Amino acid sequence: MNLKTPALPGVAAIPPRRRRRYPPLNALIGGGLLAALVLLALLGVVWTPYDPLKLDLLSRLHAPNAVHWLGTDEFGRDVFSRLIIGARTSLWISLLSVSVAVVCGTLIGMLAGYLRGWTDRILMMLNDALLAFPGILMALGIMAIVGASQYGIVLALGIAYTPSVVRVVRGSVLSLRELEFIEASRVIGNSELYTMFRHITPNCLAPLCVLATSMFGWALLSESALSFLGLGVPPPAATWGSMLSASRTYISNAPWLGIFPGIFISLTLLAINLFGDALRDRLDPRMRK
Amino acid sequence: MSVPAPLLAVENLQIRVGVDGPLAVDDFSFTMAPGEIVALVGESGSGKTMAARAAIGLLPAPMQVCGGRIIFQGQALDSSNAKAMREVRGARIGMVFQEPMVSLNPALTIGRQMSEALKLHTTLDAATIRERCIAMLQRIGIKDAEKCLASYPHQFSGGMRQRIMLASVMLLRPALLIADEPTTALDCLAQLDVIELMLELTREQGTAILFISHDLSLVARYAHKVVVMRSGKAVEQGRIEDILFAPKAEYTRQLLEALPRRGELVPVPAADSALLQVRDVCIEHPGPRSFWGRSVPKRVVHSVSLSIAPGETLALVGGSGSGKTTLGRAVVGLVNPCAGAILFQGVDILKAANRAHRLQCQMIFQDPYSSLDPRMTVGQILAEPLRHEPALTAAQKRQRVTDTLVDVGLPEQFRERFAHQLSGGQRQRVAIGRALVRRPKLVIADEPISALDMTIQKQILELFERLQRQYGFACLFISHDLSAVERIAHRVAVMNQGEVVEMGARDAIFDAPQHPYTRRLLAAASPLEKRADGSYRLRASVI
Amino acid sequence: MFRFISHRLGMAVPTLLLISVIVFALIRLIPGDPALLMLGDMADPQSLADMRSSLGLDHSVVTQYLIWIKSVLSGDLGVSISSRQPVLDLLVERFSVSATVVLVAVLLATLLAVPVGLLAAWKQNSAMDLGLVGTATLLLSVPSFWLGLLLLYVFGIQLGWLPVIGYVGFGSDPMKALTYVVLPIVTLTLVEFGAIARMARASTIEVLRLEYIAHARAKGLSEGAVLWKHALRNAFAPTWTLIGLILGNLLGGIAVLETVFTLPGIGRLMVDAIFSRDYPVLQGCLLLITCIYVLVNLLVDLLYPLFDPRVKL
Repeated sequence: MNLKTPALPGVAAIPPRRRRRYPPLNALIGGGLLAALVLLALLGVVWTPYDPLKLDLLSRLHAPNAVHWLGTDEFGRDVFSRLIIGARTSLWISLLSVSVAVVCGTLIGMLAGYLRGWTDRILMMLNDALLAFPGILMALGIMAIVGASQYGIVLALGIAYTPSVVRVVRGSVLSLRELEFIEASRVIGNSELYTMFRHITPNCLAPLCVLATSMFGWALLSESALSFLGLGVPPPAATWGSMLSASRTYISNAPWLGIFPGIFISLTLLAINLFGDALRDRLDPRMRK
Repeated sequence: MSVPAPLLAVENLQIRVGVDGPLAVDDFSFTMAPGEIVALVGESGSGKTMAARAAIGLLPAPMQVCGGRIIFQGQALDSSNAKAMREVRGARIGMVFQEPMVSLNPALTIGRQMSEALKLHTTLDAATIRERCIAMLQRIGIKDAEKCLASYPHQFSGGMRQRIMLASVMLLRPALLIADEPTTALDCLAQLDVIELMLELTREQGTAILFISHDLSLVARYAHKVVVMRSGKAVEQGRIEDILFAPKAEYTRQLLEALPRRGELVPVPAADSALLQVRDVCIEHPGPRSFWGRSVPKRVVHSVSLSIAPGETLALVGGSGSGKTTLGRAVVGLVNPCAGAILFQGVDILKAANRAHRLQCQMIFQDPYSSLDPRMTVGQILAEPLRHEPALTAAQKRQRVTDTLVDVGLPEQFRERFAHQLSGGQRQRVAIGRALVRRPKLVIADEPISALDMTIQKQILELFERLQRQYGFACLFISHDLSAVERIAHRVAVMNQGEVVEMGARDAIFDAPQHPYTRRLLAAASPLEKRADGSYRLRASVI
Repeated sequence: MFRFISHRLGMAVPTLLLISVIVFALIRLIPGDPALLMLGDMADPQSLADMRSSLGLDHSVVTQYLIWIKSVLSGDLGVSISSRQPVLDLLVERFSVSATVVLVAVLLATLLAVPVGLLAAWKQNSAMDLGLVGTATLLLSVPSFWLGLLLLYVFGIQLGWLPVIGYVGFGSDPMKALTYVVLPIVTLTLVEFGAIARMARASTIEVLRLEYIAHARAKGLSEGAVLWKHALRNAFAPTWTLIGLILGNLLGGIAVLETVFTLPGIGRLMVDAIFSRDYPVLQGCLLLITCIYVLVNLLVDLLYPLFDPRVKL
């Protein structure tokens, strides 16, 4: 009886991935875009075309031209430079919040999934209660206490996304526990703790990576949304969301102020989504038989 | 005398994987007469499933027919004419699949699925359709047919689902039934039920059966003609008497040689005390969980006692649900009995303090695809149990792993490979190596060969015997495959519904079974065996 | 079946309780005198003293919580500092606006996305499929507030077809009210279409691989019938869960759209409350949104067996 690929019964195992030499299209586009944006953000640490904070009231609201590639805003500041700085802020905040969520969530999820019993039940009840606070809401609530600042947002988003990580990690642990190689580990004589670290954790990495990539996108979107609402990093720091928000007043006479920040946000999210898709495809079939 | 026109004639069929890929089926031809039972046999990769699916026009995506033709009831079947194929499917050619767990749609009721084909191919009204469905369900032995129609598939067992699927396919009285390994996923008694039912229903309606299987004994018992396939080609074909009972082609001989048979056993050293003693062990499974705690636990093993001497192989046989796997897991510590004692070399290994003794019992698991950690190399998997051997140095451990690789017949370069790069047989070798690397005194083998091809099964059994001769370990061999048991077990214990119903020496059990359940099991198996003159015959039933 | 419902309800109650504790804790954690927070800086000493005693500030925290929960359950959520309206009335008024937009948008998105996803899965890897996936991913990546701004710019400012600012309730003038909600609904529909279509496609692809689909084809059913009668119900189950998650997320995320289109909805209410330090309103919003979220999930769970009968504990 051939338990291998149910979709093609009767065909001997075809050696995996012999044809594909190049990574798939979405990985290339997504990864490429993302890399470009990160490079741009890093570049912005040392150099921008113009000083993003310098006011130049003589050049207010210029449309995109050869001097200012993406135009200037209501204070004469170069839009392109501000977008680069904004990239740095947004990407950094998203990265930090995802890291916080992943670290906390993995620890809690592992604990719940492995110990089960009352520990699991209580943790899950708490988790479900926290999950009931939609991401932005939780962030808003925490920021009402902590105050609006860069690290306030990181903390808020990190706490907001931890429950999702807990759920995924716990789910992974629960399904892995039933697999025979985990039982084999016990039969060999390994302690529960060792089994958890040596066998379960590495096999949880795949779904965790996929989730972390998606969360990076959510965090970016949330940070932009919060800035848009005026609850993000306070001015004069430039974030994409606050630039969008400020553009609303000038939407009739200076539409470029609203178009470019949005394009940047969309491109970044698109890159993250494409890359996340490719990552999921790459990691999944390995886990399946 | 004129020969009646064949029901199905396959001529020079060629199937490719994709437009320019390798050939899955090459120049394949055979014919079937009305009402005949023809079996396609071969191992995985032989192309038997693809050939059958081509007849009904259901090849999975990359496969395409690129040559030859299929003639059914005098008309050429053109799989590119979708509308014509749809009329043939279900009404004139019916198909039953292998996995009863997934072949019925879990979201629709049985009644809905049974009546669907009737609605499509006939002009009967709803009431008549319902009547027929109920009549058919009663025919296959379902008592409350009305309730069954309104139930969902997950509420039935595997064997039951397979019978329901048979019933719904036969409702349309097709002229040809294609049965793709319909019983492989079932245990031997359920297997017998399903096959007998299939035969009854087809005999009543004169339906021919194209039976795909890798089980030669089953085929020898029920089919009229057989076609042996290998790598997409027909090796030989003809009547059962000519092919299976007196094989001529080399490959057919090889296949028949692979059938396990009773032979000389590994000698057992004399010993004064038993290695393992199981005394009145009871095991319960916790009941389904609800919010208010668990409900009543279900007892799966009732007061079982048995013993194993050093170097001996005791086989534990029974159908699914008999508790044999659970008992094996209890010995090795994965499940805790709620009553009774398990003594190993006189020491009660249920106590945590005696862990060192417990580690002398190791296990080989059933599924080679999930018993190895996908993230570890073969070398790492084999070295892991040696963590609990503090007496060995690192160099000695490395040597032990090398020795084990040699023992199980894997070349040195496999050390760096991952599980997903190995075939099923190779993985099972690694699993055996893992169990033996610490030279345990007792090995529990839980259905170690059921997931493998016939010739691979033979290799693994041979390996097992050789290792047992070399290292002298005792073995608790859990299986539902009686022919494998017949080959390597010294003693046999038969379990049914959590109790040991009969236990004794191999020859005694197989030649003169006492308990009715044992007799049923043996009757269901009825294997092909080799005679002295080199021909094969079905063993006469012992009832 | 009964046990299934009672089990789910049983799980919901402790969750709701926990949520109330968290909301209570959140508000109490805000630095400052709780009575002053509730009444605002302009309050006179007498009202402050009254508020202190009604909040039970001289008692233990647990008693304070119990007092609070009692008043919540009897419908008294306090009074808004900025508008002097009872919080409960405010919440109901604003929530109905948000709920209308969200429900209509998600419904439209589902009706459009599920058939599209099914179609794409059926013709997997064809040009149409790749085009659909590309479009869906693109829509998914566009932030809703930006899309809203763009649509507002095109249809409101450039073309002048639809109003840019303001809101008219359905009670007074249905036709005019429609013009105010069309753009927000369209924006939301487009954004959610992407996510739902992708999920529908992915789960249909999974389902089409399974053996019961081959079995259905073997009966002679046409591809369309196989897709519609067999694949759809099974594929819809994960999509249904996703819809529940989306509805929940939108309860908070709707704030951005309401800001763009100046809709008087619950998200906007909450954001304004934060800026104006209107803590009674903030507390009420948090409580309402989370409880609605729990109820939405409960509903999703209870209806799940419709799509997957195996889930019937």
